[in-house]
Amino acid sequence: MSAPQLNKLPGILLLIVGVLAVETHAQVTFERLLNSSKEPHNWLTYSGDYAGRRFSSLDQVNTANAHSLAAKWVYQTAATGKFETTPLVVDGILYATAQDNRAFALDARTGRPIWMYQHQLPPDIRPCCGRVNRGLAILGDKVFLGTLDAHVIALDAKTGNVIWDVSAVDYKQGYSFTLAPLAVKNLVILGISGGEYGIRGFIDAYDANTGQRKWRFYTVPGPGEPGHDTWEGESWKIGGAPAWTTGVYDPGTNQLFWPTGNPSPSNRGEGRAGDNLYSNSLLALDADTGKLNWYFQFTKHDEHDWDATQVPVMIDSGDKHLIAQANRNGFFYVLDRTTGKLLSANAYSRTTWTDSKDAEGRPIPNNQSSPTPEGRTVCPGALGATNWMSPSFDAQTGLFYVTAREQCDIFSTAPQPYEVGHAYYGSAYFPSDKAEPYWGALRAVDPTNGQVKWEFRHLSPTWSGVLSTAGGLLFTGDAEGNFIALDASSGKPLWHFQMGGAVYASPMAFAVDGKQYIAIAAGSSLYVFALP
Amino acid sequence: MLTSTLSRHKTFSLPGWRCAFASILISLLGALALLALLACSTLAEEVRNPFSGNPKAAKAGEFEFRINCAFCHGLGARGGGRGPDLTRAHKRHGDSDADLFQNVSQGIPGTVMPANGTNGQGVGMTDDEIWQIVAYLRSVQVQSPAKPIGDTTRGKEFFYGDANCSSCHMVEGKGGRLGPDLSAVGSARTVESLVESVRSPSQRLAWGLTESTKEFAQEYETVTIVTSDGQQIKGVALNEDQFSLQMMDTTERIYLFEKDKLRSIQKSRRSMMPTYDATTLSDHDLDDIIAYLLSVSAK
Repeated sequence: MSAPQLNKLPGILLLIVGVLAVETHAQVTFERLLNSSKEPHNWLTYSGDYAGRRFSSLDQVNTANAHSLAAKWVYQTAATGKFETTPLVVDGILYATAQDNRAFALDARTGRPIWMYQHQLPPDIRPCCGRVNRGLAILGDKVFLGTLDAHVIALDAKTGNVIWDVSAVDYKQGYSFTLAPLAVKNLVILGISGGEYGIRGFIDAYDANTGQRKWRFYTVPGPGEPGHDTWEGESWKIGGAPAWTTGVYDPGTNQLFWPTGNPSPSNRGEGRAGDNLYSNSLLALDADTGKLNWYFQFTKHDEHDWDATQVPVMIDSGDKHLIAQANRNGFFYVLDRTTGKLLSANAYSRTTWTDSKDAEGRPIPNNQSSPTPEGRTVCPGALGATNWMSPSFDAQTGLFYVTAREQCDIFSTAPQPYEVGHAYYGSAYFPSDKAEPYWGALRAVDPTNGQVKWEFRHLSPTWSGVLSTAGGLLFTGDAEGNFIALDASSGKPLWHFQMGGAVYASPMAFAVDGKQYIAIAAGSSLYVFALP
Repeated sequence: MLTSTLSRHKTFSLPGWRCAFASILISLLGALALLALLACSTLAEEVRNPFSGNPKAAKAGEFEFRINCAFCHGLGARGGGRGPDLTRAHKRHGDSDADLFQNVSQGIPGTVMPANGTNGQGVGMTDDEIWQIVAYLRSVQVQSPAKPIGDTTRGKEFFYGDANCSSCHMVEGKGGRLGPDLSAVGSARTVESLVESVRSPSQRLAWGLTESTKEFAQEYETVTIVTSDGQQIKGVALNEDQFSLQMMDTTERIYLFEKDKLRSIQKSRRSMMPTYDATTLSDHDLDDIIAYLLSVSAK
């Protein structure tokens, strides 16, 4: 009787140890997020690291073998509309979102689903730009989703079951979440969307365990707060300044750097005289409290919908702690991230709205930039010199890669009364029949001098972001459906694959069982590539 | 938004052709056709613009129009380079309030007109906002457009004869394939833009498309390529991406090229269509051709 028990014991012990090992590994702790560079096979945050670099240190796929990349699997979402997700990958499991607030977990080697979730959306949501979502955050054993009806939802990473679901704000006033949240310490951080609806923007932090809101930073200051006097009359109440792109986190100073979007109405400054803080700014917030440490406003009193909602990238150069952003207004900005002081601003695309800089070095509008009732041609156009698609920074080449759009628009004011929950643009824009065809390019910017070192010209503008890898490669997609690998030092295309649908997403890389994969959403499918 | 609009309107947004089809089907079964037609007309009657004749709503609709529609249809709804003139009482895809609502809400299949909220420009509209746009369009509608002054019979002769239009353009299934089919162009473009297209064909050679309408380029760009063995081929681009090119030459032969295998590719915004100035085609003859095109598209 005792013998069998004795025989069983090591097995039971092994089982316990084994289960414990898996459990421990499955927990995505804050420590792991901080040290994501130690596990390059995983992609743990929206931008791949807290610095916002969208760089993978995997080098199995490299300039020598990229020509033999092949599709490994495809996951179809059965949804329509723009598919903007960046997946996360943790220890062989891929987590992503799709249109209409779907979320799913897949076997990252095969694409086979493990679970699927879809949030029930009310019929009257008001997303400005499609029923989109850009991804999840992961912390502990939960993944986090922001929804189009402005809910924040925690799902069990193993089952997709809802653990908590909180409403951040009344979606009927035009609020929504489209971004991938950022997990920091025990907090889940999200910025709101709705700059086209006359919302009052904010950035929220929720307790990852309970869903309780720990802090909120209003991106439009209320009465008595600094910056409130940058709004005319009551315009602050509907001032916009959403925060719909995932920010970055600096563990050294425990600060979040979060970009904000346009003031409302987006293309008409009348009625909101002043700088309109903190629209179109980069905010440095204390991660524990949401308290503002410093801000830098890229475009004061914006009248062209030039949200500053581009992922900022932390770059360390010697003892200099920098943060760089290729802004929608066409300029590449480098700031000292300790103080928020502007160090340089250089155009990386065609700009007609400015001829001079202020004392701080910030480009300021000329007298030919404001929209008029008859319409006025301005470059870049309303969609900007770039938009939300992620840039990438590769420390190996020292280059900052950005998807650029060359398009000028006619901006025409269309005075419009504010109505709760209704689109609130205050203007229209369209191409002139004299305008050149639009085009796009992937540009490599040297952040030390702001100069464009080379460009890879796209046939038409793309909504794809850029991934750089230690294999000396860049990956990006185009509007015609190609996924393209380029040499990161020269921009020379090395490989492409026609996916059959336009790209509205940024690529990422991961590895399972020692094999490197590269993933991108295109059309309504998620494509994953690897060497044969 | 699209799905919500669908579900809320499926009860009455039965398009005309479906009514017709249903009635044909039912008439096969017996004398129920009348009933079906009645049902259809009852449905149609239900769809009335709640803002009909409301000037305030029409003004709100003008804002919405500028934001959502002017990109293609022009600021005053008189047609842009891509979208038709919407001030005409007769619209190719239906004139009723229900038709207009349906076309804005769901888009027009087979055309570049996108469904509400899917054009990648601006925001989707609520049902009320769509009705405001319908009210606006009614407010700018020209009740009795000037009758075309030309002679349609003579215009047809010119189109297929001396003016040589039909060597590249098709109308009602007859003609060439190199240029756009012009069967519907009369209802899609203003007379002014038709005149311009003939007098200076490169002027509006499609200047950039929004992403959502890019599935097929159809920009009629002129392309001249030289193959690796030195053969030069000139034609019109049917489609193109970074790595491949699909084109048609003047003999209507389709070529499929991988760009890196070609010696050179030259694209031009100069249309292959010859410029017809007043010495090659008099104003009088052009009026006749346009009258013919308008008469075809009015069918």
